[in-house]
Amino acid sequence: MTSLAPTVVTTNKSGLRSALAWVGSAAILFVLIALPFVLKSYHLGIATQILIFAILAMSVDVLAGFAGRTPLCHGAIFGTATYFVIYGVNTWGLPLPVAMMIGVAAATAVAAVFALLAVRVSGVYFLLLTLALGLVIWGICLRWSQVTGGENGLRGDLRTGALADPATFYALVLVISLCAFFAMRRFVNSPFGLTLRGIRDSESRMASMGYNVTLHVFLAFTISGFFAGVAGAIYAVFNNFVSPSAVALAQSVQGLLMAIVGGIGTLVGSFVGAAVIIILEQFVSAYTERWQMVLGIVFILIMLFAPEGIVGKSRTLWHRRK
Amino acid sequence: MSVFQLLNGMTFAALLFIVASGFTLIFGLLRIVNLAHGALYLLGGYIGLAVAQATGIYLLSGLAAMGGIALAGLVLDQTLLRWVKGYELRQVLLTLGVALVINDLTLVIWGGDTFSVPVPPELQGAASILGVTYPKFRLFVLAVGVATFLALWLMLNKTRLGALIRAGVDDAEMVEASGINIQRVFLLTFMLGAALAGLGGWLGGAFLTLYPSADSEILVFSMAVVIIGGRGSLVGAAVGSVLIGMLNTFGQVWFPELAYFVIFGPMAVLLAFRPLGLFGRAA
Amino acid sequence: MINRRKLLKSTASISAVAASTVSFPAILRAQAAPIKIGLMAPLTGVLAAGGKELVEGFELWWERNGREIAGRKIEITVEDDASNPDTALQKARRLVEQTNVHFLVGNIVANTGLAVANYVKGNGVPYFIPVIAADDLTQRNRIPNVLRIAGYTGSQMTRPLADWSLKNGYKKVATVSQDYAYGHEMCGGFAQTFTEGGGQIVQQFWHPLNTADFSPYLGQLQGLGVDAIFGMETGADASRFLQQYANFGLKGKIPLISAMNVADQSVIRTLGDEPMDVVSCAMFCEGAQDEATKTFVGEYEKRYQKLPSVFGTTHFSGAMWLTQAITKIGGKVEDREALLKAVREVELKGSPLGPIVKLDPYGHPVYNVFIRKVAKREDGKKWNVPIATYPDVGQFWKYDPETYMKQPSYSRTFQGIKS
Repeated sequence: MTSLAPTVVTTNKSGLRSALAWVGSAAILFVLIALPFVLKSYHLGIATQILIFAILAMSVDVLAGFAGRTPLCHGAIFGTATYFVIYGVNTWGLPLPVAMMIGVAAATAVAAVFALLAVRVSGVYFLLLTLALGLVIWGICLRWSQVTGGENGLRGDLRTGALADPATFYALVLVISLCAFFAMRRFVNSPFGLTLRGIRDSESRMASMGYNVTLHVFLAFTISGFFAGVAGAIYAVFNNFVSPSAVALAQSVQGLLMAIVGGIGTLVGSFVGAAVIIILEQFVSAYTERWQMVLGIVFILIMLFAPEGIVGKSRTLWHRRK
Repeated sequence: MSVFQLLNGMTFAALLFIVASGFTLIFGLLRIVNLAHGALYLLGGYIGLAVAQATGIYLLSGLAAMGGIALAGLVLDQTLLRWVKGYELRQVLLTLGVALVINDLTLVIWGGDTFSVPVPPELQGAASILGVTYPKFRLFVLAVGVATFLALWLMLNKTRLGALIRAGVDDAEMVEASGINIQRVFLLTFMLGAALAGLGGWLGGAFLTLYPSADSEILVFSMAVVIIGGRGSLVGAAVGSVLIGMLNTFGQVWFPELAYFVIFGPMAVLLAFRPLGLFGRAA
Repeated sequence: MINRRKLLKSTASISAVAASTVSFPAILRAQAAPIKIGLMAPLTGVLAAGGKELVEGFELWWERNGREIAGRKIEITVEDDASNPDTALQKARRLVEQTNVHFLVGNIVANTGLAVANYVKGNGVPYFIPVIAADDLTQRNRIPNVLRIAGYTGSQMTRPLADWSLKNGYKKVATVSQDYAYGHEMCGGFAQTFTEGGGQIVQQFWHPLNTADFSPYLGQLQGLGVDAIFGMETGADASRFLQQYANFGLKGKIPLISAMNVADQSVIRTLGDEPMDVVSCAMFCEGAQDEATKTFVGEYEKRYQKLPSVFGTTHFSGAMWLTQAITKIGGKVEDREALLKAVREVELKGSPLGPIVKLDPYGHPVYNVFIRKVAKREDGKKWNVPIATYPDVGQFWKYDPETYMKQPSYSRTFQGIKS
């Protein structure tokens, strides 16, 4: 295991830098907590949305950044949870928390099935296979209209009581997203996570060292699906409805893009990526309908000039200066 | 399995093959999953439409669509893709960005109305074949599809360029090492693949019509073809096209409720057991 | 393309500046605050063309009428819903919570409208839907602040068409339709009325939205021996369906009757002769010869160089409707109850929707509907001309509303077919 240590940046940083990191984190946390007191309900809704998508992007990052498998199916996993939550409350009459747990469980189950089918491939093939698997879910949601409501989707009545208040809802989502962040960070820094990074860097070496590569990737995929499900379950409450656009390819692309823009393999970058994309969309769409073109150009520029993402790029710049 | 439905499946397969063969050539040799392939298809269709409307010469509009998109491929390759050579995932995601831009550009230029490339009178109406009355244009697409397959097969198997491409698909470094300028072969292949997207768009523009988001539909179909057929395999693309064309046609007739599932379900299962597709070989 | 949003915003802000510089007493100035309208339309995505026409139709009315009611400026903010319900919901939130619009208008795709309706259900913001046709929004799941001004429902339009088909001698019909709620409703209205009147639905085909290739269905339709085929398609599917219907030689052999969307200007204007003679049913008809329609079609064509589609026509009429209601309450749109009441009480005259249009108690309009046929105008442009008129058609046809709403909503499995 010692041979992997150099890739773990967090374990060997200087005292000063660690102090700076602490101050920075505290400041960010303070801002996040202060938001409900300064923002109007609409902007608070945007902040909530950013947090939800940050969880989705982190779940993508666990797989793409730490296991070296870039997926294009997390939108489908995310949306599976969304469908289950609304269907559970509407049709089975479940209490919301129970429905959310079932939603997350369903998403995890879908992820496990996907993982079984996809563990053996990597690289571009993994991307294509997961894309195809995501399309299967999308096709089911679109066509099984007795259950999913087809193209029109399902509407719920989930945001009642305390959840109807934007500040309360924001606070709740903030707590969940921070828990998710720390849980995922813990996961990728665990011995299991370190093995994953080893697989990412050299699959054959890890296999020859006796690690069960297939099992590790399978578990990583399933766990990443669990977090995508958490995001999807919250999204059900946030939007109060679900339609096939929640499981569409565009959703998977969006989750991946946010993870990449923030910085693959950084986790915290997902928050940055989600914030950048969502705020940029807000800003751009106030002036023009050409959001799609702007998004495309952002994609191109990031790929050309900063494939390591905003957090990744600033880290390299920071280290270079030292 | 009536002759009529068989023809339906085959004509749709022919169009898919034209688009997917370009996709698989680029994927096979350059290792680029070109997600802008659908957008190039759409742009080709619009170029064909514009030229046909302006000149009224059908064949010219087809040549313009192919030439224009080959040029677009040249620009795409030389200005953007060359900077991310060797990084598979960066290439994929970059082409995704390009697809978004091209798609939105076509919306700006042509508006959102549904257009269809005008077809000359000789190709309109129906003809009698194998005892059924069948649209002439679809038979024309079938003929073009078969001709494309033969031309590509001859090119790959009987010419020097073809030999280089085939060798490159198997091992690009070896070809490079033998002193051949593989970069030029790469570029030519990319332009050829793009031209095939343009040809597909020109035919598809009359067959399936042109409208915003038509690009992602054809892209998903041709990806399915290539995934099933295997990277870089011409025969694979042909078999995959026929399979998808038939699944699509007979799936709609026999299991109308499962329309999408019929296509992507078998594909996902196949991939799980043959990750490289039917005719794919490990790189 | 002109950036309409910017255009509207800049004219509005200029007028706002002008209003504030004149030194009125404070109270008067407060009253002169603009009436803010949030207009949502798919300006990108599959229905981008329809969305553009929606905005054009809405805009044309304000150009004719002037942008002021009861001393208050009209300020319209256009948002793109991208034909996507998630985006639509987000834009509705932005319009209501940030732009502070007084009410919402628009959307085309049913799922976008349903998402927005679910949102305003919670906060009571008035929402007017001239195109969102989902039956239950004014039936089983109606919301008091969602009114279908100048709009229609799927099942409403096909019932007169079924009646006309029976009178025209069609006994056996097959239907082919997009497989989603709007298609189920369009087909359901037709199938129920047609079979209750003694007709027979031989077979129903459902295909996914964005079906590239209709040949599998056309192949089966050919051999059924039906008197007519009922088609329900929208957008690009409609274009492809008409084209392939002609290419496969069905045109001229089996008459095609259809949902209004198949024969809508947004579809037929870019096609050749494929849509000729298609019969459909709608509450407007661009080739009708009454004065209101002629004036509207003339103005629209002059302004935008094309004939108006359902999207432009309904939003033009919707804007007219709103103007009448807002005038009646003296511009006090802040009072939502009063606004909704006034909108409910409007009796619209002189619109392209016919001599008189008013809402039923469930918030849905009642008007004359046309059976129309695609024909060519003198200059060769295709348009719909009326061949029959059904007076005072509402969403419940000849049924008792309460009894009617006890039957299930139309779906793929329930089509109200009487065997």
